[in-house]
Amino acid sequence: MKLRILNRRDAFAGALFLSFGLAAGFVSSSYPLGNAMRMGAGYFPLLLGAVLVLLGSAILWRSLRLYGERVPDEEAPALRPAACVGAAVVAFALLVPQLGLLIATVVLTLVSGLARSDLHVRELAVLSAVLAAFGVAVFSYGLGLPLPVLPA
Amino acid sequence: MELLEHLQVGFASALTWSNVLYCFAGVTLGTLVGVLPGIGPVATIAMLLPITYGLPPTAALIMLAGIYYGAQYGGSTAAILVNLPGESSSLVTCIDGHAMAKNGRAGAALGIAAIGSFFAGTVATLVIAAAAAPLAELALKFGPAEYFSLMVLGLIAAVVLAQGDILKAVAMTLLGLLLGLVGIDVNSGEERFTFGMPQLADGISFVVISMGIFGLGEIIYNLERERQKSREVAIRGVGRVLPTREDYARSWKPVLRGTTLGTVLGVLPGGGAMLGSFTSYMVEKRLARDRSRFGKGAIEGVAGPESANNAGAQTSFIPLLVMGLPSNAVMALMIGAMMIHGIVPGPQVMGERPELFWGLIASMWIGNALLLLLNLPLIGVWVRLLAVPYRMLYPAILLLCCIGVFSVNNSLFDVLLMVGFGFLGYLFIRLRCEPAPLLLGFVLGPMMEENLRRAMLLSRGDATVFFTRPLSLTLLLMALALVLVMVLPSIRATREVAFQD
Repeated sequence: MKLRILNRRDAFAGALFLSFGLAAGFVSSSYPLGNAMRMGAGYFPLLLGAVLVLLGSAILWRSLRLYGERVPDEEAPALRPAACVGAAVVAFALLVPQLGLLIATVVLTLVSGLARSDLHVRELAVLSAVLAAFGVAVFSYGLGLPLPVLPA
Repeated sequence: MELLEHLQVGFASALTWSNVLYCFAGVTLGTLVGVLPGIGPVATIAMLLPITYGLPPTAALIMLAGIYYGAQYGGSTAAILVNLPGESSSLVTCIDGHAMAKNGRAGAALGIAAIGSFFAGTVATLVIAAAAAPLAELALKFGPAEYFSLMVLGLIAAVVLAQGDILKAVAMTLLGLLLGLVGIDVNSGEERFTFGMPQLADGISFVVISMGIFGLGEIIYNLERERQKSREVAIRGVGRVLPTREDYARSWKPVLRGTTLGTVLGVLPGGGAMLGSFTSYMVEKRLARDRSRFGKGAIEGVAGPESANNAGAQTSFIPLLVMGLPSNAVMALMIGAMMIHGIVPGPQVMGERPELFWGLIASMWIGNALLLLLNLPLIGVWVRLLAVPYRMLYPAILLLCCIGVFSVNNSLFDVLLMVGFGFLGYLFIRLRCEPAPLLLGFVLGPMMEENLRRAMLLSRGDATVFFTRPLSLTLLLMALALVLVMVLPSIRATREVAFQD
């Protein structure tokens, strides 16, 4: 008889917390600990890391059982939305200083539009123009945020 | 009358043309965004935060508070019309509110929600104004040990109320506390968890975390899920907006009870809008002569919880304003906003910035009045907004997040960090780890460490100080009681039922 993972989601979450706790504990043990009366920089984070390790282990342990029903897995995460959203945001931040808010907003809208499999090209084009105009009107002129509008 | 004097100061500050305008803009924008399905108050406030950067502090806080009640009210509208609660406090409104909408009485449900909320908001404003000064005096008696114990209580209460798994919620809180410690340690000057990156020396920006997790993370998750699920169709006919005489007769007692429950429960650490609305629904169901009406469109099931959630939303400002302690994720956002404007929340704000303190309180009543004026005639507009497809919305949300994060420091690093937290937030949602406790922990982390250190220094390293000081002991006993409540199987079962509905 072997131990089975009944709940993959919890197993993964537990392992994640466990590793965060271990990492935090490991890093903070390199800081001066001090004592209970005069706590050093490492005291509180080490404490938190230790409790996180305990909790992560408990969550992981709970997901392993000898008997019982398996919790069905969900479908695998889709990479396209995450990749497109991330790329759109990074592109925006790279473009704003040189090319200005107008162009950066258009790029942001178009790239983030790729996150969906059903592309509505014309709608996206209109949306990007509306958002660019809105962003410039509200944030640059209305609120006076120091963002360049046009290419420098 | 000190109360009248304070209110006078408040209204003098809140009733200037510009502040009324900001309050109006806040409630309108808040309702506008909050009514969009799946966007709760935390996400709404996070994404609208950049709009307030350029404003003077009083105006900014008035506007943010307005956004909060607007979002809350918008969430209830979405709950009633399409059965999609934007956040947990309007979960119970779905039950009878949506049933009323199906019976063609959506207008009456929205109307009684608006009127009940306005009444509750008025009472809660008065309670805050009356309680603020004495509570601030009490807060000044709090030593570091009491503050630490209060934060423990608040975090545990937040965990009990988090949806889903308690162990995971505690783990998320701890992770939040750890993230809050990133940066230079104020006591020793030691850089912690910065991995040699100078951009992290001041800590992770609070805007980066909240927009990453609640903005980007949610968007990625929604985009993924949308492929499988088609959207529910909004109801077209709303019907008569003003409730009938019979509706009022049925509703006035639930409104009174809901207001009382919401006001009291909102003050508790970890409380806020949700606790009140759940309790109110249960009370109304128990007191009703004919319980079978509940779930099929009983107006009491809308009037009570809606009044309670509005009262609770407002009184949850009390711990923030008088002690500088946020009791839930929304208040954690408010504290972050205050710090962006250079205000350190705490008992001293009332004395140092009376126009800001009392102005904010007075604006709560003005905001509620504006909401009433805004909502009843504009219900048709909100209904149409509900039909806007998500593919048009998320690029706009992304734009707000980008401008919000980028314009704080013009830093590419912050934007990259936000993307990182976006992926992490998506991962947490997939793993069914509620992110709200993480945000609360993040804000409380540095305060908790500071108070723990001071308490232990004063007691010369004796940890029993937390149990020998009576106030601190009381707070810890309350926290312990909550832990016991979580563990007891019968109560745990009720809690699960409550969240499943």
